[in-house]
Amino acid sequence: MKSKITKGKDNLITYGIVLISYVIAQILISAGQMSYLLQGLLVPICVSVILAVSLNLTVGILGELSLGHAGFMCLGAYFGAIFTHCMKDIITFSPLRFFLALLIGAVVAGFFGFLIGMPVLRLRGDYLAIVTLAFGEIIKNVANALYLGIDRNGLHISLKDSLSLNLEEDGTVIIKGAQGIISTPRDANFTIGVILILITLFIIMNLVKSRDGRAIMAIRDNRIAAESIGINITKYKLMAFSLSAALAGIAGVLYSHNISSLVATTNTFGYNMSILILVYVVLGGIGNIRGSIIAAAILTLLPEVLRFLDEQRMLIYAIVLIAMMLFRWSPQIIAWREQHSLKNLLQKFKKTTSKKEVR
Amino acid sequence: MMSFLNHLIRGISLGSVYAIIALGYTMVYGIAKMLNFAHGDVIMVGSFAIYWGVSMQGLPPVLAILLSIVLCTVMGITIEFIAYRPLRQSASSLVVLITAIGVSYFLQNLALLIFGANTKTFTSMIPLETLRFAGGDISISGEAIVTMLCCLIIMTGLTLFIRKTKPGQAMLAVSEDKGAAQLMGINVNGTISLTFAIGSGLAAIAGLLLCSAYPALTPYTGSMPGIKAFVAAVFGGIGSIPGALIGGVVLGIIETLGKAYISSQMADVIVFIVLIIVLLVKPTGLLGRKLQEKV
Repeated sequence: MKSKITKGKDNLITYGIVLISYVIAQILISAGQMSYLLQGLLVPICVSVILAVSLNLTVGILGELSLGHAGFMCLGAYFGAIFTHCMKDIITFSPLRFFLALLIGAVVAGFFGFLIGMPVLRLRGDYLAIVTLAFGEIIKNVANALYLGIDRNGLHISLKDSLSLNLEEDGTVIIKGAQGIISTPRDANFTIGVILILITLFIIMNLVKSRDGRAIMAIRDNRIAAESIGINITKYKLMAFSLSAALAGIAGVLYSHNISSLVATTNTFGYNMSILILVYVVLGGIGNIRGSIIAAAILTLLPEVLRFLDEQRMLIYAIVLIAMMLFRWSPQIIAWREQHSLKNLLQKFKKTTSKKEVR
Repeated sequence: MMSFLNHLIRGISLGSVYAIIALGYTMVYGIAKMLNFAHGDVIMVGSFAIYWGVSMQGLPPVLAILLSIVLCTVMGITIEFIAYRPLRQSASSLVVLITAIGVSYFLQNLALLIFGANTKTFTSMIPLETLRFAGGDISISGEAIVTMLCCLIIMTGLTLFIRKTKPGQAMLAVSEDKGAAQLMGINVNGTISLTFAIGSGLAAIAGLLLCSAYPALTPYTGSMPGIKAFVAAVFGGIGSIPGALIGGVVLGIIETLGKAYISSQMADVIVFIVLIIVLLVKPTGLLGRKLQEKV
């Protein structure tokens, strides 16, 4: 059991890591040492980090497996982008507009998290996982089939094509079905991304320390015992789940305001993306916030770092992933690691030298 | 009415493929308590093996099919040995899940590297003519007949295997209680390997049937049917063999009818909505066992 003081120190280290990385990145950019490709990855890294940290709330702290996290990100991304498109001419001050978009994305995603969570959190384990996967796919598929336009009469929605929207002459189509949303103003940047990471961290780390957070962890550790001491299981589960969804929504807004064309495919918002976020969480250590940050950053950078391998790069990525999982979690390898760890070797070295001295 | 029957038959046929794939998920889940996300990609590898044998090397189809089954079986055992076995004692089942995803990426990208990203046209391996009834209004393709027959044979065979043979009984015992099974002298590791071997062999057959009916073959061919089959397995109650059959067929019918009568884009949405409703009413699937909770 860690005491409160060390826990506080622990959190400071986490904030510190984020800030120091930010400063280093800024120095590298201003010194011209960072390639254009790498600069383009800075915001995606922020998105991955926020997603990983927020999923860790569901998987690590609440202890429920969710395979539909990208669905909430999709909701945030779409609603945020729609808002920005509608307000493009009304609010011209982009930071304010982006802030409102973030708020809307978070609220919508959080609300859907609440709606979905209410029936679904009754299920357990792998069944919950499959239902969240199903919800993620539903959101992605609906987003893919959706047409939405705006004119002076308001918003028009259709599931068929852009003609059936019946727009007035001056109307514009915002979502063009599978082509998605194009040319969203690029309001997001690295600094905002890092600020959002810090806010996410602040929310989750404080939640973990609070009374609510302890109740959530009690449910994870032993549901029945938690219920028997009067913890309202549904309330706390819903709280954690919808908070996690809202944070994913924020990541989605950040994502949608950083790319020129937003489409809902399996790789962006479908099950592949949900799985990728889960990979960050598990690789970084379930329930370990700092681990999630590092794993998300490394795995987002890895395909770019491996670019010199050209065609083999995704193959190597897969092998590295399997190897890292084995290295991190296999009981035999953990035992071997402990035997051959630096600390252990040093101790052995000390022992042998001290024996010599006695002689 | 006639077109409805045609769609229904197509749905049952598609569902039979899902059922065969779902068997692999269900058996592995029942025995190793892990979701083998790489299972869909084993299907893809099996299909590519047949494609390689027939279209690129000119082997006779029967030989290519046998080759594909052997390859998938060996691959299933190897994957289990390298990637899953070292993690079996680890803390969380999630860890194995992620490793399975790593294996899935690996297989997809290996296929991408060897065969390229272009869509390959898979020539149907089933030489049966289309059957026509009611003056040609109802037609059943040869692929559909073979698929449904295969599904029935596999289901009965597997049920008999588990009920009547010693290795089958060992599988039941291991899925019930690994520790106790080991104490009774059952080779747990061997039994799990056998499960993976059977599941992967079935995946090769499923790949053959799937690609004969839907001839476009890419490195990602297996991933969506894999997910659907996983849904089917959960739908019928994961761990149950008749459940996989029912789940698969129901899913296939819903998907085909949804595509035909509502919207091709919304078919998947309907499938998933039905799944959610079923799970909310019966949280362990249609034929799943209800777990008693002990305090």
